[in-house]
Amino acid sequence: MEEIATLLEPHIPALRRYAWALLRDDDMADDLVQDTLERAISRWHSRRRDGDLKAWLFTIERNLFLNLLRQRTSRGPHVGEEALENVALDAGHPDAALGARDVLAGLDTLPEEQRSVLLLVGVEDLSYDEVAKVLDVPVGTVMSRLSRGREKLRQYMETGRAMVLRRVK
Amino acid sequence: MTGQRPIGEDDLQAYVDGRLTPERKVSVEAYLKANEAAAFRTVADRDHREALRARLAFKANEPIPARLRVANIMAERRRPAIRHLGTIAAAVSWLIAGGVLGWSANQWIASPRLAPPAVLASNTATLSAIAAYRTYVVETAHPVEVRADQEAHLVQWLSRRLGKPLLAPDLSQQGYQLMGGRLLPAEGKPAALFMYDDAQGTRLTLYVRPGDEGDQTAFRFEAQGDVSAFSWIDQGLSYVVTAKTDRSRLLGTAEAVYRQLEQGSSESRKGKL
Repeated sequence: MEEIATLLEPHIPALRRYAWALLRDDDMADDLVQDTLERAISRWHSRRRDGDLKAWLFTIERNLFLNLLRQRTSRGPHVGEEALENVALDAGHPDAALGARDVLAGLDTLPEEQRSVLLLVGVEDLSYDEVAKVLDVPVGTVMSRLSRGREKLRQYMETGRAMVLRRVK
Repeated sequence: MTGQRPIGEDDLQAYVDGRLTPERKVSVEAYLKANEAAAFRTVADRDHREALRARLAFKANEPIPARLRVANIMAERRRPAIRHLGTIAAAVSWLIAGGVLGWSANQWIASPRLAPPAVLASNTATLSAIAAYRTYVVETAHPVEVRADQEAHLVQWLSRRLGKPLLAPDLSQQGYQLMGGRLLPAEGKPAALFMYDDAQGTRLTLYVRPGDEGDQTAFRFEAQGDVSAFSWIDQGLSYVVTAKTDRSRLLGTAEAVYRQLEQGSSESRKGKL
């Protein structure tokens, strides 16, 4: 048990940051982290000893997040993914008042698969190979999502418009 | 340049991330000197990368909340009690379990029988629930405070206010869809009201409040005019299901609510796999 805590706890700040970046709500993000940790603990002995713990934890967390999105999407015709994504829009950011474009708002214009790549590579410092494991795709796909995601973010930051128009409530 | 692999988009991305080998970095930098547009893009990408890190840094610097301590999570797993089911975990944990069990009301067949009434529930919860039903069900502009498209928020918020894990049952098998919910005052304490409607627009409410006497009671039926209500107490929460419908249909719905709540708490006792 001491061993589990020693190995898991150093990853919690990063798991909280990624969860918050996805959900943009303190409590929901920590709920996601808690579920991630519970699942990791309950499957601790079935994890691969030589495996990459960090990539494994992010895999669990992202899959739980995707489950949540899917469940919400299946709840009814009027609940789309953007219902959850719109939770993210925060008016409280100080730069918003200055007219500066918030990089988080730009991030929200990306599809989840590109958003996650940008976060896991650019913020969480996972290697490209680790991100490929988390997303369960080839490294080449990670690189192209990174490239497309950064391009879209650039577009947003330069023009204030997403490349693909998205409905904003 | 002889023998060198041409510069690719992946090199440019790795350059932005500072992950090139020193030799490759020299090649990319030479390429960028000759390609102004690409150089401009990599500068912008680096800025955005830094901006994103800076914007999110605060979260990783916050002290870890006690509930995320591994020791606390492990202790909680051993404790046979309702966990924070009402929060987002309600949504997420269904899926953890749901992947295995398939979450659907009718798959839960063996319903544990209710114990005989330990205490006769005071009627106040039912009266409050019927009053809330009469007040809000006729409302067309604002029947709920938080709509079902923010269900995770709604459940989390009401759970926090009531200090107990709640969940909004899925009553689609009974023909009802969640519309949303609201917070209500109940004798100085908060209560929660979830509202559902069916395809005909018939509305049904689930009223929940903590603190009534008795750990568990049987279903009680109450009718006031054309409004019917079934109430019971379980694990320190009073529940009242109210609708303008006949007793047998309402009983079916109340039983479905009860089974889902029971399923929810037994699932959390199992430690959610």
